[in-house]
Amino acid sequence: MIKEMFSYTFMIRATIAILLISPLFGMVGTMIVQKRMAYFSDALGHSALTGIAAGVIVGIGNTTISMIIFGVCFALLLNYISRKGLSSSDTLISVFASCATALGLAILSRGGSFSNYSAILVGDILSITPAEIIQLIVLFAVILVFWCVSINRLTAISIHATLAKSRSISVRVMEDAFAVLIALLVMLSIKWVGILLINALLILPAASSRNISENFREYTYFSIIFSIFSGVLGLFVSYFTDMATGPMIVIVASVIYFATYLYGKDR
Amino acid sequence: MKKIIPCGFHCIKFIDLGVAFGDQRVLEGINLHVHCGQMTAIVGRNGAGKSTLVRAILGEVPYTGEIQFKNKMNLNMQGGLKIGYVPQAINIDRNTPLSVYDLFQSFTGKLPILFKSKKEYEHVKEALDEFDVAELIDKPVGTLSGGQLQRVLLAMAVHDTPNLLLLDEPVSGVDKNGMDAFYEKMAYLKESHDLAIILVSHDLDYVYKYADNVILIDKTVTAAGRPKLVYETEAFKSVFGKGAVVDSEVKSND
Repeated sequence: MIKEMFSYTFMIRATIAILLISPLFGMVGTMIVQKRMAYFSDALGHSALTGIAAGVIVGIGNTTISMIIFGVCFALLLNYISRKGLSSSDTLISVFASCATALGLAILSRGGSFSNYSAILVGDILSITPAEIIQLIVLFAVILVFWCVSINRLTAISIHATLAKSRSISVRVMEDAFAVLIALLVMLSIKWVGILLINALLILPAASSRNISENFREYTYFSIIFSIFSGVLGLFVSYFTDMATGPMIVIVASVIYFATYLYGKDR
Repeated sequence: MKKIIPCGFHCIKFIDLGVAFGDQRVLEGINLHVHCGQMTAIVGRNGAGKSTLVRAILGEVPYTGEIQFKNKMNLNMQGGLKIGYVPQAINIDRNTPLSVYDLFQSFTGKLPILFKSKKEYEHVKEALDEFDVAELIDKPVGTLSGGQLQRVLLAMAVHDTPNLLLLDEPVSGVDKNGMDAFYEKMAYLKESHDLAIILVSHDLDYVYKYADNVILIDKTVTAAGRPKLVYETEAFKSVFGKGAVVDSEVKSND
């Protein structure tokens, strides 16, 4: 049965893609949850639509590039405005996310052609190509290096920004770098997991891990393990049940969340 | 008002320091000398600008005037002012997966907290030991008591030998024994580490007993000097009431 599954090239590619994306989601998710940025990453996911729309208008054939450029700008803009502190950041993020989504939808629906883009909503990992897998490998390496170099400083900032600053950690640079990193991860993987579910994949493994971890190593490693496990199991289940992969992964991840919640509740 | 006490090595000077948020001037004309080996307590009513002063020293808010760090020849010290800061509270809830080791290492260490090396671990343990909290190293930070957390933060603050220890109301939620232990530790630190200590505090009794200098702030410096002198000024009495001085004297004689 398993052998038959891997006789299809698309399943092999999808499995490789999952093995590349899911540990990144597990790892980056830990810091998104720690820094309470779930709203931020959600908004970024939605802004992918606008990124595609921008690409269509400018006439870039490869919408991934326009998505990345737009995503990075959007992330930096959100950071900039949050820093101004004019309004509470969840309100601001919400305003900008709705605005971007509406703009994207409006442009893409021009002439009733939105159905061409609806795949982006749920994603389709089975359609990934070798070139796109190479992209993911590069992304994997970049994030891994960034993580090892920056994790201490990011954690310090999440605990107390002023204290971090007093120890000559450049809070602004780190926050912007992290925002750009989330933008890259979201934009490069959104085609495979879909706008509707990408945030669940970022948040659920880390939130599950948080239920049962007592230190940062446990937190990170459990989150990565949960993420890979839900990714692979979700893919296989979707293969055998002939259902969409993204939702299946999220269902597995949710089950893990509730299990860890019950397990960790009495701690 | 500017009383200069001779000091062995270095001092930190605030010259005409002012902070404004928009049109609103929060602090102005702050002139202070803070010396190594001395504890300076900043007191004042709520909203007098104590926390703003701390943020200005940390460079968190833009200020006018100057903060200088000089040696006894009145030359600028090499490398600038190194501040060990202890905040009022930290942003951690009970189930945050962060051990004391992680907290310490994330602020002070190079080795990513994703890995653990025996050498780093022992290093952190030693630093914690100076404040008698070595046994807490593997505990989640969210489960520490106020006093325990404060010791850990202090250990972090003095870990790489700062010139100035800056504490922003660091003893909230600590019982009386804890308070005494804390101030005893401060007295020990300022001498053994040759530290200048600036402490924002509400605990007038302890300030009276332990601080070398008291600075009363209300937008600007309204009184400064030895605790006994400051506590007798009209400015002090009008903020804290006449009874405060007597109470402090009685309590500090306990």
